[in-house]
Amino acid sequence: MAVTDTFSTSPPSPAVTTKKRFRLKRETVVDHAILILGALFMLFPVVLTLMTSSYDNLAFARSGLQFGWSDQFLENYERAMFETSGFTGQIDGLSMLKNSLILGFGFAIGKIAISMLAAYAIVYFRFRFATLSFWIIFTTLLLPLEVRILPSYEVVQGLGMGNTYGGLIIPLIASATGTFFFRQFFRSVPEELVEAARIDGAGPVKFFIDILVPLSKTMIAALFIIMFVYGWNQYLWPTLITTDEGMFTLVRGIKNIIQSFTDSSSVPEFTVGFALTMITMLPPVLIVIFFQSWFVKGLTESDK
Amino acid sequence: MATVSLKTLQKIYPNGFQAVHGADIEIADGEFIVLVGPSGCGKSTLLRMIAGLEEITSGDLLIGDRQVNDLDPADRDIAMVFQNYALYPHMTVYNNMAYGLRNRKISKENIDKSVREAASLLNLAEYLDRRPSQLSGGQRQRVAMGRAIVREPALFLFDEPLSNLDAKLRNQMRIEIRKLQRQLGTTSIYVTHDQVEAMTMADRIVVLNAGNIEQIGTPDEIYHRPASVFVASFMGAPAMNMMEGKLASGGIEIEGVGLLKSDHKLDANSNVSVGVRPEKVKLTTKANGITQPFIHDFTEELGAARLVHGRLGNKPFVVNLHQEDEVPQGELYATLSPDTLHIFDTETGKRLR
Repeated sequence: MAVTDTFSTSPPSPAVTTKKRFRLKRETVVDHAILILGALFMLFPVVLTLMTSSYDNLAFARSGLQFGWSDQFLENYERAMFETSGFTGQIDGLSMLKNSLILGFGFAIGKIAISMLAAYAIVYFRFRFATLSFWIIFTTLLLPLEVRILPSYEVVQGLGMGNTYGGLIIPLIASATGTFFFRQFFRSVPEELVEAARIDGAGPVKFFIDILVPLSKTMIAALFIIMFVYGWNQYLWPTLITTDEGMFTLVRGIKNIIQSFTDSSSVPEFTVGFALTMITMLPPVLIVIFFQSWFVKGLTESDK
Repeated sequence: MATVSLKTLQKIYPNGFQAVHGADIEIADGEFIVLVGPSGCGKSTLLRMIAGLEEITSGDLLIGDRQVNDLDPADRDIAMVFQNYALYPHMTVYNNMAYGLRNRKISKENIDKSVREAASLLNLAEYLDRRPSQLSGGQRQRVAMGRAIVREPALFLFDEPLSNLDAKLRNQMRIEIRKLQRQLGTTSIYVTHDQVEAMTMADRIVVLNAGNIEQIGTPDEIYHRPASVFVASFMGAPAMNMMEGKLASGGIEIEGVGLLKSDHKLDANSNVSVGVRPEKVKLTTKANGITQPFIHDFTEELGAARLVHGRLGNKPFVVNLHQEDEVPQGELYATLSPDTLHIFDTETGKRLR
């Protein structure tokens, strides 16, 4: 009877279609449950840090991490950003943020520029030992900074680059991974494009800037996300090479702030440290959000 | 607009492979030359040498009165259309066409004028703001043409520009390219492996085989007086019927077939290859002096024509009949009139008569 009914009423009622659209499969529910639980599990410490950063130090010292919200939020963040600290009293959150941004951008942009140029040379110019030099670059993957940290320190210090942004960034920007990615990408660019550009009167530099860089923009965006976060999170190298407090980055400044506050007052200023932790996490998150939309757009537009 | 001359142009690759064995071609101003041959015959290499994308091993290349052997592609006053179009994917149609002009430091107004002129000539005016990825194959091909013509070069080079298009569009673009070239009067060199394109578009055809020029001539000469066995069998569809034989007085003796009548004045007893175009043969039921018995195997209907497959003696033989001509019933004879026979030296492959 129901069947004949649906046949006789020609326009299907909107209620039926909505019902159909929202019918959930059991797998979908299970999938989402797992994803939501996972997300909550990952986010929980972050939320806890955010909540605790709104309490005063006394509350933290008495009863540890806090669930809930207190009235010290703005004050803690203000102190984290603007209160000077350290032996010399010349470093505050703001200047550490500036140092970190310089490191993050310098690191990411430097790595991308160097690896693009290296890949350009390897793919488009016929010179002796091109393949050999590529593989030499590639084997540097086996030698991360941690392995060569003492000689690197010696060299940079010997050049008088300790406590400079150059000393902080330049030793880190050679990138085998980036070179490899760009090499693979450049090899997939059709040969005729180079020839058409040559006939159009574009020399090597013009071809690179006018054709290759615009074509690589999705690759650049992807690498930028990875490299910025990587650079931002550097801890060991900045700790070693910057002894001047004015050069401290956020990542290493967190520990310093807690330590120096501990020295100077009776109650350790942990909640201010938590506030600084939140500030430290923010820029990489923003970068990922901003570039991801760009990145997805580039991928779906399929320019190549 | 310019003449082009190739003087014993050779290409030897670093690994010792000789792709082009001394090409000599004189191209008149405004002429449309088609280089044709099977894949690997060196036609693309020759074109790329003219473009400056491959180095010239030896010989001279002159565009106009200038020797351009060692000039950069950009300085040779040429434009090239590639097989896969090679449009810059991130630029609009307008910028694709303007790029070459910008690199030559031409003023903005003049660039704009040239690009808009070319666009209206090619019916691209409404697509100027689009990216290549938003265009159809035929439109992309037109953009590639546009990029070539805005520069007003002395020489157009085409590297199999139509082979990525479907058959219908190819026919249409073939006519468009030819019309455009007539209109602009620019000397052009066009590479293809498609003999139909070669026959229909060329003022003169250059047939290449294994790096050697087999023949240079008008489509008519190439078709009706092929200079070698290779040209005879490469050009024409269906292919020319070829048979091996020996010269005898008053004709050619073909083993298993008999004597083909011919009034050649050549020395007897040398080995020759005889070719005859399938459409030059008639089928009759009455034997006479110039007929040979024909064994009919099967017929292919092509609509406008029909291909009759069969044998002369034991040799496979194809006859191309007009659609009005029915295949006669009964005992069949193929009429091979003496003046339709092409005679080639078997050893050298060269035309004797």
